[in-house]
Amino acid sequence: MATPLVVSDVAKSFTMHLRDGIRLPVVAGVSFSIRAGECTVLGGPSGAGKSSILKMLYGNYAVDEGQIIVHHDGGLIDLATASPRTVLGVRRQTIGYVSQFLRTVPRVTALDVVAEPLVERGEDREAARLKARTLLAQLNLPEKLWSLPPATFSGGEQQRVNIARGFITDHPILLLDEPTASLDARNREVVIDLIAAKKAAGVALLGIFHDHDVREAVADRVIDVTAFAAGKIAA
Amino acid sequence: MTDEPLLRVSALSKFYGSRVGCENITFDLWPGEVLAIVGESGSGKTTLLNCLSTRLLPSSGTASYRMRDGQWRELYRMSEAERRFLMRTDWGFVHQNPADGLRMTVSAGANVGERLMAVGDRHYGNIRATAVDWLSRVEIDEDRIDDEPRSFSGGMRQRLQIARNLVTGPRLVFMDEPTGGLDVSVQARLLDLLRGLVTDLGLAAIVVTHDLAVARLLSQRMMVMKDGHVVESGLTDRVLDDPRAPYTQLLVSSILQV
Amino acid sequence: MTDIATYNFAYLDEQTKRMIRRAILKGIAIPGYQVPFASREMPMPYGWGTGGVQVTASIIGPDDVLKVIDQGADDTTNAVSIRAFFRKVANVAVTTDTASATIIQTRHRIPEHPLAAGQVLVFQVPIPEPLRFLEPRETETRKMHALEEYGLMHVKLYEDIARHGRIATTYAYPVKVEGRYVMDPSPTPKFDNPKMHRSPALQLFGAGREKRIYALPPFTDVVSLDFEDHPFEVQTFDQPCALCGAENVYLDEVILDDHGGHMFVCSDTDHCEKRRADPASPLWEGRAGGAGAGDQAATPATPIPALRADPPHEGEGKEAQ
Repeated sequence: MATPLVVSDVAKSFTMHLRDGIRLPVVAGVSFSIRAGECTVLGGPSGAGKSSILKMLYGNYAVDEGQIIVHHDGGLIDLATASPRTVLGVRRQTIGYVSQFLRTVPRVTALDVVAEPLVERGEDREAARLKARTLLAQLNLPEKLWSLPPATFSGGEQQRVNIARGFITDHPILLLDEPTASLDARNREVVIDLIAAKKAAGVALLGIFHDHDVREAVADRVIDVTAFAAGKIAA
Repeated sequence: MTDEPLLRVSALSKFYGSRVGCENITFDLWPGEVLAIVGESGSGKTTLLNCLSTRLLPSSGTASYRMRDGQWRELYRMSEAERRFLMRTDWGFVHQNPADGLRMTVSAGANVGERLMAVGDRHYGNIRATAVDWLSRVEIDEDRIDDEPRSFSGGMRQRLQIARNLVTGPRLVFMDEPTGGLDVSVQARLLDLLRGLVTDLGLAAIVVTHDLAVARLLSQRMMVMKDGHVVESGLTDRVLDDPRAPYTQLLVSSILQV
Repeated sequence: MTDIATYNFAYLDEQTKRMIRRAILKGIAIPGYQVPFASREMPMPYGWGTGGVQVTASIIGPDDVLKVIDQGADDTTNAVSIRAFFRKVANVAVTTDTASATIIQTRHRIPEHPLAAGQVLVFQVPIPEPLRFLEPRETETRKMHALEEYGLMHVKLYEDIARHGRIATTYAYPVKVEGRYVMDPSPTPKFDNPKMHRSPALQLFGAGREKRIYALPPFTDVVSLDFEDHPFEVQTFDQPCALCGAENVYLDEVILDDHGGHMFVCSDTDHCEKRRADPASPLWEGRAGGAGAGDQAATPATPIPALRADPPHEGEGKEAQ
């Protein structure tokens, strides 16, 4: 499974029905693959569609055209056409995702937010919490915050909870949407270490990093998303 | 997770005379899955919920349910006795107004215990112990067990209604606007509680709501209804983050930002 | 003789009696099931036994001997009036002697003297639906009976234990008939419930205002509902009747003055009078369980504080209100 995910000829646009059906093309002809043990980085200016590509890969955005083939549960699945139930299975077993912002749930503690993906995969709650503690400690989140719901945390603290939540599982594919955006230098280093550890474990990573230093440190390969600009294909 | 769904709904329609209640609804629901049905008043979501829970008989279409023994049964061909038995054992129904789902003049403990007594539990001590356990799970103090729900706040009543429904370990729960009419802080607590119970018990649920935040928090999948039809369905976060149908876009863009 | 009894025997016209007899027969065929019937206006207000009177009028014949009791007594207004009514409209013999009556119309008691085969006990019923106070919808209670959904009945008993530490229902105590229908035995004290079980007499229940008739054919199983850890018990009294010295009978409290003086006497006046007239009769031995006492009479009973004779407690023994 050296190539756990292959994207071919994917296109995405938004149709704004509330604005007279105006169609906003985002990307077209997106084709690439990612490899196990490597960190692939999506490059390009803001608005080029990097985030949209990640979201399509996670099933969060619908796909207009093309295929997203992923190795899942011993078979191949096209995420572009998979049923919601299959996508949920892929999220549980195969593709992890660190979003830009943490979506907080009232009354759930930081520790449980981090442990949740493991619990969902059937791991014992206490064992999952133990792993969550290790990660939160590694990311220098003050221990007094662990038992609090993250809703009132600062941006950087929330982001660290988010990263821990994304990194706690051993998904073979991990998508990272600007995980270091609101982190200080020390914690950026931690994230770089975490990514290196994932690579060493054979995980295929695909990320967006605006921070030049981080990108330099983790990227094995950069895919320039401007090549997939929607207008270009049509032209 | 099993490979078989729990509920199979096929081409379900309900007409009120020539008016459409809901039309041609088809979906499967798997064990442990929460499906949100969203839409505005009159969109047919409550009609659909009532058909699915057999409180209303549809005009056409079928719905099959996988019983605890693994047998598939067509809901609308079951006898009323069987349907009512299903309703109070393997199913739950959480009403928007707790007074519709509770017995307001009997104690909280008896409200929780009723389903147990209905399935033949005849040991007072055991029934009461189970009631105590369930009240604590829905965060109601044990010393309120002998109080009538009339003396409870709206949020407590709703939590009591949930306990009353879950005491027999149902596999499928229908909820009609479970947080409607509650203060936002009370709503948040209830939602979190529901979310926890649904996860811990592996419940399948069908939740009717007009509140997209409720759908986002509770459900994995959602169906958007308008004028009796499903205009869009899919993963909840996909529908909310990348709405495709004009009506869904209108719904999503109508959310007030705080 | 052209008095009212021969002009139209037993007050009701023949078509009405026929209709009521059909309802009675249906009730006998389905023990414990409430049969609707077209209740007539009677020359007495609702609540005075219009249901019982219609049942009695429909089954009584010229050779019958009628006894009427009100809370066990033959000499209270209701009993005297109904007895006089039937003497007038049916010209039948009346009696206060339980053993020699063929029909006994009763309000809220079963006589202490055992009933025999061939006797008919007619109950006056105010509210025939045992589920009524928990489920106000008639459509729903009918469905619950039809589908045998009786969990709600135990909710009531649960509430009793939760509030009082025991099943505090002392009258109209719900019973299950022949393992099928749950039935309200009318507001008789639960003391009398065991007498219903496999009674050799036919027991008929008439609710005039609610327009329902139900029945227990002779030797029908009548089991009082309960919990495993709170079994059914009848009331016991820790002192005998102050007049006749009877034990294991149902006692009424009689207030003697306005200084708290009171005594407990037999509720069944006929029983009490006979004992006093012939205290040495062998009839009074070994009869504690009362008529038709079946399995349930053997249930060990504990004294109920509410019915202790002395000292009097405010409001106690008044649950029947």
